[in-house]
Amino acid sequence: MRDILPDVERWRARGERVAVATVVSVAGSAPRRPGAKLAVSEKGEISGSVSGGCVEPAVIETALQVIKDGKPQMLEFGISEEENFEQIGLACGGTIHVFVERLDW
Amino acid sequence: MSALYEELKQQLAQERGVALATLVRSSSGQGIGAKLLVFPDKSFHGSFGLPELEARVVEDAEQAIWIGEPGTRLYTLGEQTFEVFIEGFPPPPRLIIVGAGHIAIPLTTFARTLGYRVVVIDARAAFATRERFPHADELIVAWPDEVLARMDLNPSTAVAILTHDPKFDEPSLKVVLSRQVGYVGAIGSRKTSQERHERLKQQGLTDEQLSRIHAPIGLNIGAKTPEEMALAIMAEIVASRYGKDRTAILDWTRK
Repeated sequence: MRDILPDVERWRARGERVAVATVVSVAGSAPRRPGAKLAVSEKGEISGSVSGGCVEPAVIETALQVIKDGKPQMLEFGISEEENFEQIGLACGGTIHVFVERLDW
Repeated sequence: MSALYEELKQQLAQERGVALATLVRSSSGQGIGAKLLVFPDKSFHGSFGLPELEARVVEDAEQAIWIGEPGTRLYTLGEQTFEVFIEGFPPPPRLIIVGAGHIAIPLTTFARTLGYRVVVIDARAAFATRERFPHADELIVAWPDEVLARMDLNPSTAVAILTHDPKFDEPSLKVVLSRQVGYVGAIGSRKTSQERHERLKQQGLTDEQLSRIHAPIGLNIGAKTPEEMALAIMAEIVASRYGKDRTAILDWTRK
């Protein structure tokens, strides 16, 4: 939370709405631990991370949707090394859940 | 409408402990995204609309403030299940050193390097000087037990009692052991520690309280110089912060 605050504050000062994505659970090995956050501004700027970069594009897309409709979403990303090789997945295996919400609380 | 966010930001800026609980799943699909901001005294702001769930989450969130390991917990109320993500934001760790002697000087330096706020307390003005402690965040010349009694002592606080003088050490220990601090250690040989233990017991401290004192203080690394003793103490404080016991320290097969 502390790492994304300066950027979030900057965006809010410009009057932009913001979504925050948080890793809420991890099974197996994953690049970031629960609590890791990615903030996304209305204009698509980002701050922080929820993985090593592999799931960020999908999270950003969802975040922009959540900024518009205000409905929080739970995303699941998982991989068994081969089957998801060409799809979105985590580099090192494991499953993560990412909760995406608009910062309106 | 960002009342909770503003309040969270303020708690973090003021370096006070706080936890944030978010309802991330519910069997009914209702209430997703609802939040509670939980304070160290178990008061809270925000709502899940279910007082029974709130009461249970607040208990867990208060503990999470000090542990700082975020995670999702499952709650069941009758037929309904809820998943709540709880993240604690502990204040920065703080080390209070009672006794501004020769070990306190390198201990202050080590603690500062490791990100601790350092407070040095000694009733003897000749010891607690800025020249001796240029890096201490606070230097207080006063009776340590009186100062400690007025301080916000919490699980992010470590206390190292280093005066070697029972008239300072023992009243300080009594104050510290009446609160929930993360670590308390007191200087003295095994014999001195045992004698102090007996005296404090006679003065009404419980076995549970006395068992919380790390004494002799520090890990047994063979320290001889004040710097090495400070290292042994600081290593023990870090180990205790992460819940390591003395026997696990060299055992990489144990968490």
